[in-house]
Amino acid sequence: MNDDVVTIARRMRRLVLEMSHRAGTPHLGSSLSCVELLAAVYHSWNVRPESWPNPQRDRVLLSKGHAGTTLYAALRTFGFLTDDDLATYAQPGSLLGEHPSPGLPGIEIASGSLGHGLNLAIGLALAARLQGWPSRIGVILSDGECNEGTVWEAALFAPRHRLANLFALIDYNKWQATGRSDEVTALAPLAEKWRAFGWAVHEVDGHDLSAIQTALSTPDADGRPTMIVAHTVKGKGVSFMEDDNNWHYRVPNAEELARALTEVGIP
Amino acid sequence: MRNAFAEEITALAATDHRIVLLSGDIGNRLFDPFKARFPDRFINVGVAEANMVGIAAGLALGGMRPVTYTIASFAVYRAYEQIRVDVGYHNLPVVMVGTGAGLAYAANGPTHHSCEDVAVLRVIPNMTIACPADADELRALLRDSLQHAGPVYLRIGKKGEPRIHGTVPEMRLGRACVLRPGHDVVLLACGTILSEALDAAELLEEHGVSTEVVSFPTVKPLDEPLLEHVFSARSMIVTVEEHGRAGGLGGAIAEWLTDQPRQKARLLRLGTPDAFLHEAGEQEHARELCGLTAVSIAHAIQSALKPQA
Repeated sequence: MNDDVVTIARRMRRLVLEMSHRAGTPHLGSSLSCVELLAAVYHSWNVRPESWPNPQRDRVLLSKGHAGTTLYAALRTFGFLTDDDLATYAQPGSLLGEHPSPGLPGIEIASGSLGHGLNLAIGLALAARLQGWPSRIGVILSDGECNEGTVWEAALFAPRHRLANLFALIDYNKWQATGRSDEVTALAPLAEKWRAFGWAVHEVDGHDLSAIQTALSTPDADGRPTMIVAHTVKGKGVSFMEDDNNWHYRVPNAEELARALTEVGIP
Repeated sequence: MRNAFAEEITALAATDHRIVLLSGDIGNRLFDPFKARFPDRFINVGVAEANMVGIAAGLALGGMRPVTYTIASFAVYRAYEQIRVDVGYHNLPVVMVGTGAGLAYAANGPTHHSCEDVAVLRVIPNMTIACPADADELRALLRDSLQHAGPVYLRIGKKGEPRIHGTVPEMRLGRACVLRPGHDVVLLACGTILSEALDAAELLEEHGVSTEVVSFPTVKPLDEPLLEHVFSARSMIVTVEEHGRAGGLGGAIAEWLTDQPRQKARLLRLGTPDAFLHEAGEQEHARELCGLTAVSIAHAIQSALKPQA
């Protein structure tokens, strides 16, 4: 099973690189750092197009909307989108914009502005509980996103309401747009902050699929919402992009793409 | 009006199990009956308006009918981006109730005044905005809002507003309601200022100005058939609102009018000035400062009617 999800992640990483190159869109480093997070949650929770019409489905929300290509890569890999769909990414007339818009199966929320997804996820988790649904709600945030006050409003709220069906994941790649996330604000110690707020915190290697999947596998026994603080590397998987924040905005040229795909490997 | 809201939402929640009431830590005791009957469907989000709107949007995505409730100024300005992105962009059925709107909290100072809320919400796509004049209009519009498929902002008063209708009127979102006939001037009143408008019409009548009064609660979408009628059949249309002259009902109608063929009637907009009100004092005092009492409304109209030198 883990071989399978490893292959899935590799395939997603290739798609992310190809989309960025083809469409000339930025945020590649941020998209590469959360590949395993999305691969793990879609795979663990068996998020598939067949369950989309069911309101009681498990839902995955991408709050860090600038990683739109990672979401689209997951949706391609898990059967929501086709290669033809992906070919339209960021092209005029396409519904696959740089940041996700609502309306397509698989896209639970629009994102692009930070500090929205966790609050929406809380609403969905409450709706599921009020209606007796088994749904789990997963939401992926960035570390830079934790600059936003609404993240901490949500941090205060969810444990009070014992939303054990809520699973948040922070892509803690240690960078935000223009600086180290631990330097721009006093973000560290991030896991301790969430523990202090009353969340069930798992601190994992955000590229270790098994570790992420274990953290996603069971709701907290004490009814707390789950926070997975995932230590990641920005630009993960491509040696010359890893931990280099220039790739927040840079777009790979043809030669760089070829080198990157070679490093990522054959799917 | 807030008591009527609490009563009405409690009654509606009994028939629609999807209704969830979220409060931004206000309404002390007001919602006790709601909480007693539907403890799971009342959520005090705390003093966190942006979170409240985001959670409401998530509830709506999950099939519920959330209603948020807090003081209008905080409901709108504090949560504007959540209203735009979470509620507006997703076009979700969230009813946002802003209580104590306009100058209802005059004594609390400009932090609590909301004379720009309609202006800033009106430009958000998918938004419906209604400002009921009294408890009966509120009940009618709340019922209709909970049937509406998209977001609604209900801009309501506080307490003790004069009751105008007496019974719940047949009022829908997007429809204005003629309350008093007249054939020279038409007063389009938006929100709780309607009672002043009705008194102003009495004063004008005493001076020989026949004045029609229309309760015009819905700023978006405008009741265009009514506007087409009054602008073609009357000589002066006056908007009255406890909101800035920019961007409220008067502003919306001015924009609409600009795109119409030339009309017979002229438009006069009465509202709050482009200024923060620093003076202490209750709503009546603030209305006096802003020229929004019956007497000053009547004076403004009489001046406008005088032939230009």
